[in-house]
Amino acid sequence: MAWIKRHLIAFAALAVLVYMLVPNIVVAVFSFNEPKGKFNYSFNEFSTAAWTNPCGTQGICESLGLSLQIGLIASITAAILGSMIAFALGRYRFRGRSATNLLIFMPMATPEVVMGSSLLTLFLALGVPSGEGAILIAHIMFCVSFVVVAVKARVATLDPKLEEAAADLGANPTQTFLRVTLPLAAPGIAAGTLLAFSLSFDDYIITNFNASPSSITFPMFVWGATARGVPVQVYVIGTVMFLLALLFVVTGQVIGKRRNRQVA
Amino acid sequence: MVDTGKGDLSLVALTKSYGSFTAVQPLDLTIEAGSFFALLGPSGCGKTTTLRMIAGLDAPTSGRIRIGEKDITDTKAYQRNVNTVFQSYALFPHMTVLDNVMFGLKRRGDKDAKRKAQETLELVQLAQVGDKRPTQLSGGMQQRVALARALVNRPDVLLLDEPLGALDLKLRRQMQIELKRIQQEVGLTFIHVTHDQEEAMTMADRIAVMNAGRLEQLGDPATLYEMPRSTFVANFLGQSNLLRAQVLGGPSDDGVVRVRSHDTDLEVSREHLPDGVTDVWLGVRPEKLRLGEAGGPNRLRGIVRDVSFTGVATQYIVEMPWRQELTVVQQNDGTARATLGETVTVSWAATHGFALDASQDAEAGAELVDEHG
Repeated sequence: MAWIKRHLIAFAALAVLVYMLVPNIVVAVFSFNEPKGKFNYSFNEFSTAAWTNPCGTQGICESLGLSLQIGLIASITAAILGSMIAFALGRYRFRGRSATNLLIFMPMATPEVVMGSSLLTLFLALGVPSGEGAILIAHIMFCVSFVVVAVKARVATLDPKLEEAAADLGANPTQTFLRVTLPLAAPGIAAGTLLAFSLSFDDYIITNFNASPSSITFPMFVWGATARGVPVQVYVIGTVMFLLALLFVVTGQVIGKRRNRQVA
Repeated sequence: MVDTGKGDLSLVALTKSYGSFTAVQPLDLTIEAGSFFALLGPSGCGKTTTLRMIAGLDAPTSGRIRIGEKDITDTKAYQRNVNTVFQSYALFPHMTVLDNVMFGLKRRGDKDAKRKAQETLELVQLAQVGDKRPTQLSGGMQQRVALARALVNRPDVLLLDEPLGALDLKLRRQMQIELKRIQQEVGLTFIHVTHDQEEAMTMADRIAVMNAGRLEQLGDPATLYEMPRSTFVANFLGQSNLLRAQVLGGPSDDGVVRVRSHDTDLEVSREHLPDGVTDVWLGVRPEKLRLGEAGGPNRLRGIVRDVSFTGVATQYIVEMPWRQELTVVQQNDGTARATLGETVTVSWAATHGFALDASQDAEAGAELVDEHG
């Protein structure tokens, strides 16, 4: 009894961890299932069929490719725009600065349904065709906010004296930015970009409002498939995405730890 | 593009204003090439602003800055052959120590950057830490890296902005000697900004004392200490006893001027008296005063109110009949001691006093010394 009491926090932590990871484990397990009938809801028979043929369901890899493409373009564009905004907000005093600071949070605070539907209205009014272009514009818009928040936090910790020191040592403004400012802001930019990618990749609501029949993203494909029975390939891709995310996080942790060890 | 105009640094009527606030009043100053120069003053006196204008980090409101014949007033910081050791060191945390030191050389495409950087790290006794990160080093070591990073470029002028402020007392003393050695070894012009009068006097060949945006006095440490020209300098550099006095007449044959203070006739060397003033503060440093009559012809009697023994010396507070308290520091050399409440004579020589225009505040600068310890 005393032993349990002493380790209560460990038990609680374990329970929360299990709670959070069970869905991922279920997905991984069922990716090896050979379902009986249309629905992959009960484990029938072990099979690696879906793993050896991940594109085996019609449209799945096309939608995955589209989502990756949109995710990359949206996150990189948002990273560039968002970093510039973050530097402007973090470094300079100008008219409308506090208003910008506030407005940049709006896409994060607005419910996706509201944003998706109002964007659709706007695009229709302006005559912008639905499809990949419209989705990209929408994704870049909400991704920018997240990049700004991540980069601004980093810029705030940068000592402006470092840039003065660079200038003092003969670095012109371009060299100062490339050799001092940018490398120091890089962790913030990387974090913002990764966050933007994952948000873009799994966005369903806003995307669905602005998609055309030829622009089915991966989340839309999965949603559409649930009605007819989700193909096992979806579980495979889900597992791979989870493992990739895990890899990114672990790599980030290891790099961070090594850097900390150097500091200490 | 780097300006290389070897020679003296001259500031000509240099000013800096922020709106209605004038941080630096018109400042004229020539700093000889190869000298160790100190800008000394309390915080907010304009010394750091002056330094930043020389570095090119702040633009002057008016006036010119020249190095030798070259006018650098309108050039940018990165175009000037001037380098700064920042108070916070401002080392690049994402680079190794060696990369930090090479930064300036690489900007101008020096092919020999690595060797020169290594040599400079040796000069500051940090040859072993080139591939470490600045954050892995102690404060004292970071300070040396910052110095090496500036030194390696062989600037026409090297600026030091309170570089020892963050170090503890022992390390600071050590670095003062070290800096002086390095300056003599490399022969560059060093301009050292500090509020620590002892530091300035220990290190610099010449000191400019600044107060409230103005240059109070310029001179070598001994002259500033022995012959201050204002009450601010008299109080900010060391301690002074200031007696109100009137000049009684012209100098006598032996170069001594007689003055009268609180009904006592005193004398002061002619060269220690400014021209054309009759009301003066007669100043004497505490260690120039002697208990007894051995100090010289100037004699005052008073009562000992406080005795503090510090080992090498004893400090006495002697109250004069007109309630003023004089501080006397007596070396522990076996001569007369006084006890609390005793009536004593304090004496000093005419050459040990200095006279200042009495229109100044006798307390100017005194309160600022304690503030900085």
